[in-house]
Amino acid sequence: MTAETVIGAVPAQAEFRTCQYTGLKVDTAAQALIKANAVAAVVFLAIGGLMGLLVALTRWPAVHLLPADWFYLILTGHGANVLLFWIIFFEMAVLYFASAILLNSRLAAPKLAWVGFVMMVVGAIATNVAVLQGDSSVMFTSYPPMKAQPHFYLGLILFAVGALIGCAIFFATLAIAKEEKTYEGSIPLVTFGALTAAIIAVFTIASGAIILIPTWLWSLGLINDIDPLMYKVVWWAMGHSSQQINVSAHVSLWYLTAALLVGAKPLSEKVSRTAFFMYILFLQLASAHHLLADPALDASWKIVNTSYMMYLAVLGSMVHGLTVPGAIESAQRKNGYNRGVFEWLRKSPWGHPAWAGMFLSLVFFGFIGGISGVVLGTEQLNVLMHNTIYVPGHFHGTVVAGTTLAFMGATYLVLPLVFEREILFPKLAKIQPYLFGIGAAGISLFMMGAGTLGVPRRHWDITFSDANLSFAHSAGAFLMMGLNGIFAIIAAIGGILFILVVVGTVFFGEKIKAGHKLTFPLHSGGGAAVSHYGSEKAPKLPGTIILVMIFFVCFVLYYFINWKYLSELWLFR
Amino acid sequence: MAVTPPEQRIWWNEPIERVELVWIVIAFLWGLFMFGFMIAWHFIGQQNLSKEAYRIAPSAYEAKVDEFAKKFTVREEQGIPVVKPKPGTDVYLLGRLWQWWPILELEKGVSYRIHLSSIDWQHGFSLQPVNINISVHPGYEHVISLTPTQSGEFGIICNEFCGIGHHTMTGKIYVTEQKRAEAEQRLAGGR
Ligand SMILES: [Cu+2]
Repeated sequence: MTAETVIGAVPAQAEFRTCQYTGLKVDTAAQALIKANAVAAVVFLAIGGLMGLLVALTRWPAVHLLPADWFYLILTGHGANVLLFWIIFFEMAVLYFASAILLNSRLAAPKLAWVGFVMMVVGAIATNVAVLQGDSSVMFTSYPPMKAQPHFYLGLILFAVGALIGCAIFFATLAIAKEEKTYEGSIPLVTFGALTAAIIAVFTIASGAIILIPTWLWSLGLINDIDPLMYKVVWWAMGHSSQQINVSAHVSLWYLTAALLVGAKPLSEKVSRTAFFMYILFLQLASAHHLLADPALDASWKIVNTSYMMYLAVLGSMVHGLTVPGAIESAQRKNGYNRGVFEWLRKSPWGHPAWAGMFLSLVFFGFIGGISGVVLGTEQLNVLMHNTIYVPGHFHGTVVAGTTLAFMGATYLVLPLVFEREILFPKLAKIQPYLFGIGAAGISLFMMGAGTLGVPRRHWDITFSDANLSFAHSAGAFLMMGLNGIFAIIAAIGGILFILVVVGTVFFGEKIKAGHKLTFPLHSGGGAAVSHYGSEKAPKLPGTIILVMIFFVCFVLYYFINWKYLSELWLFR
Repeated sequence: MAVTPPEQRIWWNEPIERVELVWIVIAFLWGLFMFGFMIAWHFIGQQNLSKEAYRIAPSAYEAKVDEFAKKFTVREEQGIPVVKPKPGTDVYLLGRLWQWWPILELEKGVSYRIHLSSIDWQHGFSLQPVNINISVHPGYEHVISLTPTQSGEFGIICNEFCGIGHHTMTGKIYVTEQKRAEAEQRLAGGR
């Protein structure tokens, strides 16, 4: 059976253009879909990001902007728009790019891909309407017995099915490329990473359907009761795994950016690919870390699900944490930056926004998102920060300072290569990733700090002014929440600059003609393999070794500091 | 490059770089250690969450808590009973929209069997400033052996969003020093 019979009617002919910078053959149908998904992604980022700013300004005790009902409404919308709609629309663009374009292939069934896209748009709008109507402030996790309007769940289901279609098109495109022999040998590493993302996405969306469809029927009154614990177990199989799609996707983009900007080549394909593969095998289990403080789940269940299996996935990330900078150092040394331990790093293209976005994403994802994720996912330590604002601190480290920043960086490659527009406002583009990155890292750290001091997440008023029994948080907690607000403003300015540059470029950027020289140039090697280092002879990577050791020491210290905190709590068993 | 097919068709036969191998071994051993440490904490540590839980109808739980409060109430505060259970016994705490009920008065250094459940939505038991955080579900009665190690006044707040009044959902635990004579007697009696 061919891929075409699986997917149905497929136009045999596709139109191509050749990219003058990378030499890649670009299917114009795939290009249009990438544009549409990227634009939709940015629209939802703008909406969700604005909501995020409102949330942060409300949680800044001195500002306390929104009233309670609006706060919970906006918080629900913030989660849905940025965590789901922005990220998954962008991932669809990544999937189409990593399949059709990197493999020089035509896209399987572009019409069906458009159907999927429309479903995603309709779903995202339906959910947003439900949220804005005010009866669906159930938060991103939407735990029963708290109930939202039926179209809240229906929108999420439609969106998920649309995304599932996108994954199917991706798989079919891989099959077509193989059949039509548009590339030689194995698929490129970036495509391999995207493949792991798509496989995890299928698992995730299936879990989502299993839990959201009954919940939808329940909100329609067709099912009487949803067990809240059961709901949580299945929900998190979707909720946490969906974040692993992001990890696979943004790690792929790290490799992509490093390849296009400095000509980096993986140290060894085997190691990098195995690290991606470990995500598929083990990451799903990390989802249990949201259930560590729940009743009725056995300690051994918790240990198995959050522990060694999870650490094997963490191992995957730690491997990328060495191989990505290692590939960069190796490439930069080939490029002639060989003096001292760190010349390769100093002479990296820091003025290129794609580079800045990628590298800051790598650092923040590892140091902030990664380490806090492991601590949060440790059976006993979880009791210290479960449901405190530490949890959003952690995931802003992973999905904002990590994924979102990497996606923003990649956008600066998409604009010239796919939209064929020269970046408008290059000076703003240069500082944008730094502003956003520092803001995002700041909010992550200060939320984690406040969480360690007991500040709850999803909470309108930490002064408890209307409460019958008063309680006062420490002055340190208030300071942390204030700093969180200030860094949220910095991140928001970075976000607004991003929207400004992207929208400006899409509509008013200079059209790129043959022979145009890019403001933010790619590596001169373009799409061709430029060097033959790597697995053939052992490279010396002293800079990378030092960076990785600093990371490891931070990891170990922070891990034990938390055990010390824990040992000072009241005794419980 | 990472955007082109691997140079060697059979990429899984490539040798692994030494630096990569060393890092993989370190990361693997560190993971193994962290795994072992969680298990070890069940033996060396005194902070491990109980797995004792029962299914219970919310109305049945409410009745149990009412009865418990009636039996041991010592005074009232803001219309809420302050309950001082016998040291070392079963203690019931209930979460509902939007309060933790009743107020508890415990003794320092004494272990209590604290029962936690909700009679409506999910809530989050967050003891402050101690920072012990536990999820509370309707339909599940979670039993935790808890030993306060400090005396004073402690707040319970809700950290699972439970509707518009979520931020008003608070509770209180008083921990008193036990009288020396009583403590010694209890110790002598083997508790
Ligand atoms: Cu509550």
